[in-house]
Amino acid sequence: MFKITGKKLIAPDTYWMDIEAKRVSKSAKPGQFVIIRMDEKGERIPLTICDYDALKGTVSIVFQAIGTSTKKMAQFEVGDSFLDFVGPLGTASEFTLESQSELKDKKVMFIAGGVGAAPVYPQVKWLNEKGIKADVIIGSRNKELLILEEEIKAVAGNVYPATDDGSYGYKGLVTDLLKRLVQEEGKKYDVVVAIGPMIMMKFVTILTKQLGIKTIVSMNPIMVDGTGMCGACRVSVGGKIKFACVDGPEFDGHLVDFNEAMRRATIYKTEEAKIEFRKSEEHDGGCACAEGRK
Amino acid sequence: MDRMKRTPINEQAPKVRATNFEEVCLGYTEEEARIEAGRCLNCKNPMCVTQCPVSISIPEFIQKVKTGDFEDAVKIISKASSLPSVCGRVCPQESQCEGKCVLGIKGEAVAIGKLERFVGDWSRNNKVDLSETTTKNNKKVAVIGSGPAGLACAGDLAKLGYEVVIFEALHEPGGVLVYGIPEFRLPKDTVVKYEIENIKKLGVKIETDVIVGRTITIDELIEEEGFEAIFIGSGAGLPKFMGIPGENLNGVFSANEILTRTNLMKAYKDGYSTPVKLGKRVAVVGGGNVAMDAARTALRLGSEVHIVYRRSEAELPARLEEVHHAKQEGIIFDLLVNPVEVLGDEKGWVTGLKCVKMELGEPDISGRRSPVVVVNSEFVLEMDTVIMSLGTSPNPLISSTTLGLEINKRKCIIVEEETGLTSKGKVYAGGDAVTGAATVILAMGAGKKAAKAIDEALTV
Repeated sequence: MFKITGKKLIAPDTYWMDIEAKRVSKSAKPGQFVIIRMDEKGERIPLTICDYDALKGTVSIVFQAIGTSTKKMAQFEVGDSFLDFVGPLGTASEFTLESQSELKDKKVMFIAGGVGAAPVYPQVKWLNEKGIKADVIIGSRNKELLILEEEIKAVAGNVYPATDDGSYGYKGLVTDLLKRLVQEEGKKYDVVVAIGPMIMMKFVTILTKQLGIKTIVSMNPIMVDGTGMCGACRVSVGGKIKFACVDGPEFDGHLVDFNEAMRRATIYKTEEAKIEFRKSEEHDGGCACAEGRK
Repeated sequence: MDRMKRTPINEQAPKVRATNFEEVCLGYTEEEARIEAGRCLNCKNPMCVTQCPVSISIPEFIQKVKTGDFEDAVKIISKASSLPSVCGRVCPQESQCEGKCVLGIKGEAVAIGKLERFVGDWSRNNKVDLSETTTKNNKKVAVIGSGPAGLACAGDLAKLGYEVVIFEALHEPGGVLVYGIPEFRLPKDTVVKYEIENIKKLGVKIETDVIVGRTITIDELIEEEGFEAIFIGSGAGLPKFMGIPGENLNGVFSANEILTRTNLMKAYKDGYSTPVKLGKRVAVVGGGNVAMDAARTALRLGSEVHIVYRRSEAELPARLEEVHHAKQEGIIFDLLVNPVEVLGDEKGWVTGLKCVKMELGEPDISGRRSPVVVVNSEFVLEMDTVIMSLGTSPNPLISSTTLGLEINKRKCIIVEEETGLTSKGKVYAGGDAVTGAATVILAMGAGKKAAKAIDEALTV
């Protein structure tokens, strides 16, 4: 059993939870994820790691209560326990393997869409601990849904909020903002890390290809075990089949077949669930990408 | 009684069982078991034992069944195996113990597997205590994976007084016994859970939700947690795909995915959250036991199911009993057929399987006649789901995170044949992680062998 030691509502239907998981807290690295099973009859839910504290023995997750399982998860309170909490899964972000000298002059831009800010945070924080200040665009539908701004500001270089409706920060798409920063303000980036709704990541990679900036994306496909066993999470990367759970979740965004990935994400959506899904997509505040709502 | 003929065993009628997940075989009654045991010639030089990977004293336990001393029978088996109810159900006895039974020369071999199953089930139903207490030797051994190899190794070491901790990646112990083999062949709550509980009663601790290679490494287990030896029994869990066009269409699954959703996550039961979704017509590509399991699972979930296999019936790698059961239940066999492409509609969902016809040519390295494509034989099988069951390979998670652990081209861990010792000191391995996908009982044999070697190495 894995006890919940902290819980807060950080945006409408969006929760931050700290969970006691000693082993995972010691081994977690930026870019990895965990799987939670709430109870005996529950499914295995993959969630990105937002923070970890080896001293306290806790791992933090951020999730949106949008589906049946996550809505149920939102009802768990401090003191309650999840039956299973396993991780860290997936490979750590590429830069965690690089040496200090390789890293020190690197200009990194993170683009976080909606709850994508959660997996972005530990990466920016990790870089900050190595003395590297990364820039971050945090995009969301509106001000209310923008998360982790303060946390990210504390560890990042420039932070650029962007909202679809202009209620906060830049008004418009994260892609337009990136374009402006690079083309009009003369910002230079060696690498862009984009994490958010699939459609946002797709359009970021289209733009960065034009701009000639290497781009890493984090895939979040359907999976069961998360250890390489079921193959449900397969993604085409550069024409090859990769398993997001063990080969990823982070891949070279310019090689990912996003259309296939988006199609595969719908496998278990029945007609009824599809409607629910569309509603939640509109509500997730993730994608500041007009194309995605067509 | 005709000594040459086996005592028949009760099974659920094919039409009935095709719609439920209850066990197919109902097992012998006490009377039937005693009659069947009576057929055993109690050979002086029993060939059956030589074929058993864990060397169960087969004639000895069968004599006890014959006289109705079932508790003695289970105690004889448990000297060699803690999983009689499991092995009695899933071992390929026809190619092992029963394959060498003298009665089999002129008639039918003694139903050793069914008798083992009877003894295991009787022991469970009568709550026979099989826990032995030994004085602890205060030496810690870690076992990676709670499948057949790990359980056998852990059980033997615990009996010798070691403090054994099994680390299991999934939330449920049992490995392939819980995620792979379906309920209708191997009941989980009654049989598997019980026999694992018996191993825990020997003092073995099982920590679930620990992925060695991710949550913790082998080196950390040795250096930080004080384990004096490690046994890796992590199995062969990585599914293979064919590499043909259309394999990522919606509606193409690995057999592992369908089986894991159904068996481990219990997607077929009401109230469980994990979904499983199959179409009206399902093609299972492959001819092994896993293909039969996936096909019969799909059938029970309500689909019309075809086995698509590139060789002929004689070459099917699955056990005869499984093929027989599958046919009885209404699985359609499309033999000498090989898929070349998965076809889909404009939305990316599977609509069919483009195949070619095959014929058998010269025998290949495996001794089986190799399939050759018939020219201009392309045709389409209309399908809305395709399940790939082409075998599995070991998961590279442990080998890629453990310095000094050598693997071969097939990603299998290299070990010393006799001991299971790997290229890394203190680290042993066995089962599918070493051999590639094989059987439950071979994995148990490897686990036991390593247990013995570990004991010898740690007893100075």
